[in-house]
Amino acid sequence: MLKIKNINTYYGQVHALKNVSLHLLEGEIVTLIGANGAGKTTLLNSLSGIVPSKSGEIIFAGVPISSLAPSRIVKLGISQVPEGRQVFKPLSVEDNLELGAYLHYRTAAGRAEVKKTGDMVYALFPILWERRKQLAGTLSGGEQQMLSIGRALMAKPKLLLLDEPSMGLAPMITQEIFKVIESLSQEKKTTVLLVEQNARAALKMANRGYVLETGKMILEGAAAELLENNDVQRAYLGKDKKEIWER
Amino acid sequence: MDNSRQLIQYVLSGLSNGAIYALIGFGFAIIYNATGIINFAQGEFVMLGGMLTLFFLVFLNFPLVPSIVLAILISTAVGIAFERLAIRPLKNANPLSLVIITIGASILIRGIAMLVWGKDTHALPAFSGNEPLHIAGATIMPQHLWIFSITVLIIAANKLFFNYSIIGKAMRACAYNSQAASLVGINVKTMVLLSFVISSAIGSMAGIIIAPLTMTSYDVGIMLGLKGFCAVIIGGMSSGLGTVMGGLLLGLLESLGAGYISASYKDAIAFIILLLILFIRPEGLFAKKETERV
Repeated sequence: MLKIKNINTYYGQVHALKNVSLHLLEGEIVTLIGANGAGKTTLLNSLSGIVPSKSGEIIFAGVPISSLAPSRIVKLGISQVPEGRQVFKPLSVEDNLELGAYLHYRTAAGRAEVKKTGDMVYALFPILWERRKQLAGTLSGGEQQMLSIGRALMAKPKLLLLDEPSMGLAPMITQEIFKVIESLSQEKKTTVLLVEQNARAALKMANRGYVLETGKMILEGAAAELLENNDVQRAYLGKDKKEIWER
Repeated sequence: MDNSRQLIQYVLSGLSNGAIYALIGFGFAIIYNATGIINFAQGEFVMLGGMLTLFFLVFLNFPLVPSIVLAILISTAVGIAFERLAIRPLKNANPLSLVIITIGASILIRGIAMLVWGKDTHALPAFSGNEPLHIAGATIMPQHLWIFSITVLIIAANKLFFNYSIIGKAMRACAYNSQAASLVGINVKTMVLLSFVISSAIGSMAGIIIAPLTMTSYDVGIMLGLKGFCAVIIGGMSSGLGTVMGGLLLGLLESLGAGYISASYKDAIAFIILLLILFIRPEGLFAKKETERV
């Protein structure tokens, strides 16, 4: 459903993505791993239209999207859960979710659907229902991450981009969030592109994986294969290290 | 008795000027929150409101309400043109250059107004006569009542818009984090344009309701704009209660100072307050400490 062909993206003078290609099939969970500064976030931002790519093609469900504005891309069905959650802290949890469905408020039919989608999100993250009147800035990190995912889901995306959802969270919370992502893919048939530093957990959940290094795609394959791959083990999974950090 | 009557008089005129400052301050805050720039052309919309109403009412003999509506519409159109022509094309400019551009725009608008309407000072007729009302021993002009009620209406409408409408919430989201806002599908450029629409409309409304009391001319925008800026600085750049309080406080101090010390210090008082705030509490008197957890 998504095809990225040889895109190049620049941040000012920095050539952040070099001829990167990637594809996603409908219903897949694909993970993108790589070190800090490898260009993972840039890739997501190019997909979302925040940092448009200079060359190459991005085709989503048959539509070229590389030159579209971010709001058009959301409308086509790609939602991003940005790095560091980026919830609207001065607004209530309810309002944050409502804004997630911003584009659906344009039509009467969309407005009618918003409540249903909201109920779905609250069912996924019951804690958000309890906190719906609170300002988003008063939530804990894990709750903010849930809110950020919930906000993205409010747009009813076909493709969900997640940028390091486990960043700065306790392992328990990370597990909970990963479970939700898995259930989204299984029950709602949402396609997921997951960027993670926690490579092992991500690869365990994903169908396929890509490895990005300094702006270049260096490896791709089935998640299970990548887990076994020697280079991946050494560079991203901490081979020869005791695995106490990981349950 | 005479003394207390005088005091009430000062307080009344202080509050009504303060209400105007608060409205002008709102204009500053809305644009600042949406774009991070201080729009020093804000005062010119205030001037345009007064002068355009005068133009339609006195020179073209339109009735009052259509004159006011036309004046607001035209000022808002100027606000839109300003954003489209001077702000949007420079999307990656740093805020300081944009602020300087707003100063340039302010001079341009003022210059055009001078060419079109001349340098004379005009009085706009009061909305409902000049027969003073006597309330609790003080005289109050009907125009004061207009100012208070329209200000309250605008503040209430603002509050409703920014807290309960999806567009208003989207504007706040955009002000807080424009990248995250665009990721949920909010068109940031539209929100910026909208902030100019709202500020120029509120600014011109302020100019219209104050004109019958203070007279109007092509250059009233400078002083009123700076007073509004002062109000919003006291209020901590918020488009909420802080700026209202800031405006009222400024109006009161100004009018009491002018009454009891000397009328010639009226403007100086505003700027002394502005400087004091900027030196001692640049975040404003009423800025709330945000509770944040990361």
